[in-house]
Amino acid sequence: MTARSTKLGKWLVSGPPLAYLVVFFAIPTLIMVLASFRTPGDFGGLAPLVEDGRLDLNLESYARFFTDAVYAQIFLKSVGYALVTTLCCLALAYPLAALVAGSAKRHRDFLLLLVILPFWSNFLIRIYAWMIILGPNAALARTVNGALRWFGHEPVPLLFSSFAVLVCLVYVHLPFMVLPLYANLEKHDRALLDAAQDLGANAWQRFWRITFPLSLPGVYAGAALVFIPALGIFAIPDILGGPGDSLIGNVIKQQFLETRDWPFGSVLSIVLTVAALLLAGLAAWIGRRNLGAEPVRA
Amino acid sequence: MALLEIQNVTRRFGGFTAVDQVNLSIDAGEFFTLLGPSGCGKTTLLRMIAGFDLPDGGSIRLEGADLADLPPERRPVRTVFQSYALFPHMNVEKNIAFPLRMAKTESGEIARKVEAALEDVRLTGFGKRFPHELSGGQKQRVAIGRALVTHPRVLLLDEPLAALDAKLREEMQIELINLQKEVGITFVYVTHDQTEALALSHRIAVMNAGRVEQVDTPSRIYSFPQSRFVADFIGTCNLLDGPVTACADGTVSVDVGGLGAVLVREHGANAGSSGSIALRPEKIRIAAPAAEIASANRFRGHVTDLLYLGDVTVYKVSTTGGAKLEALMANSSAGTTRFFEVGDDVSLSWPADAGHFIGA
Repeated sequence: MTARSTKLGKWLVSGPPLAYLVVFFAIPTLIMVLASFRTPGDFGGLAPLVEDGRLDLNLESYARFFTDAVYAQIFLKSVGYALVTTLCCLALAYPLAALVAGSAKRHRDFLLLLVILPFWSNFLIRIYAWMIILGPNAALARTVNGALRWFGHEPVPLLFSSFAVLVCLVYVHLPFMVLPLYANLEKHDRALLDAAQDLGANAWQRFWRITFPLSLPGVYAGAALVFIPALGIFAIPDILGGPGDSLIGNVIKQQFLETRDWPFGSVLSIVLTVAALLLAGLAAWIGRRNLGAEPVRA
Repeated sequence: MALLEIQNVTRRFGGFTAVDQVNLSIDAGEFFTLLGPSGCGKTTLLRMIAGFDLPDGGSIRLEGADLADLPPERRPVRTVFQSYALFPHMNVEKNIAFPLRMAKTESGEIARKVEAALEDVRLTGFGKRFPHELSGGQKQRVAIGRALVTHPRVLLLDEPLAALDAKLREEMQIELINLQKEVGITFVYVTHDQTEALALSHRIAVMNAGRVEQVDTPSRIYSFPQSRFVADFIGTCNLLDGPVTACADGTVSVDVGGLGAVLVREHGANAGSSGSIALRPEKIRIAAPAAEIASANRFRGHVTDLLYLGDVTVYKVSTTGGAKLEALMANSSAGTTRFFEVGDDVSLSWPADAGHFIGA
């Protein structure tokens, strides 16, 4: 094959996905960036770009974001929810992934199937299911409140609370943490643990000094896959949250669909994207530093 | 008292007996090798000494104390694994420091001991390298340094040189011998490679199908095998089987099919019993049929195959009676490449004390 035809082949293979990304990701992002500098229209949407012969571009929406503390607060709260979600997912997913990776080969596929089984039903249906599970007349709320009453406490609503939002955030994102962790743990060399034990390490030390450091690439991958979508989510707080549980995703949705202030919605979206990129970059940097800048193929 | 006593140790996996009633006693400072084909139980035995596996019967005692209740991390025994098992996320220094940190050694002392261990395994200056930046031989030395840094009572080595190429393996063998002499720690070495076992060990236990066939020094294992298995497994050996027809003056005559009466020096055998004569190829003298040789055993035959190996030539000879023997001849004469060709008539001869009689 000639160099020219090899090149042509490469373009044929990578061209369509590239074109797709340009049309449906790069161009919309640019439109959004442009919109963030424009003026909102009188009846929502955007005011004309060219008015009285001059370009109408300004920083007013950015100024609003950085001067009104409410948005920064919601933003920080969203980061907090996403962080707690990530940590809970990690704590739950690690033993699960280790269990699957440690089980006999013929059982692994079945166990992994169980992990991704929730994806077979619709995302919104799964959220509504939590409304029933956490509802005031469900067994869970009755048990909890029965116990609280027994200790002399007022009953608490489980639904429409930050508790409900967090439980569902963790539930929805758990598989995204399990899968990369499993992919990493499954490749660990059993001989390393034998060696560590032979050299005097007890079970706890074997985990902290060998298994966990070697699983960090999986931890970072899982954390990114959970944190970034959790940061922008709006459906879960919408359905399960109380009045105080609006997250940045809800505000963005509100700006576009209810307030119809597109420039400000664009600003919030851009801030969210930039923040997610920065945090992902930070995690990757920490990851490389911790691993001594060497490629670990655990 | 021996340092390590293995008494009646048995290990079964389902219906399969991997280690069968093994008794061994290994002395302090000894380089002891467990030699045998794969599946003979040598690695299982090693894992039981390390504590990764427990015997179904019998006991393993170190300095008189039973090890049964000690998990691997609390046994004063270290293992060098075949795959090296270096921790990929730690550099050489940290790998070697690992057992010291587990033992809660004070940090100044860790640094000092790591430096000394690096020197022992000739890796001074390599402390900051990561395992993936090392060659196979260097990785092996890190693994040994890491296992030795806490001065264990016994070092277990599980086919540590198997992954190295032939030349490096020879270098590492010499290094291992010197290192063992220097540190004075008891080495228990597992291998299936008989030349390695002969070269390294003070004593060898030859294992077969879970049992110990013979425990002896390398030269005695080679020259005086106690069973057909040992004779056959160690090096190359002509095994001549047959009934004992006569014995007199410490010499017995064995009636070997295809050869006839073969004389061998032996005191213990009685006429009417049977056995085998183990005869090493290098003990057989191969000569032109006309040569005048006074020897207890002399047979005629022709060369059926030959292998020219450079330093030696191996001749496969079929005797006039139909027996097949292997003889080895050193190519030590100047200017000569080989003496005989395929099809040449030759005479084979050896004295009565060249072979070794193994009673059935």
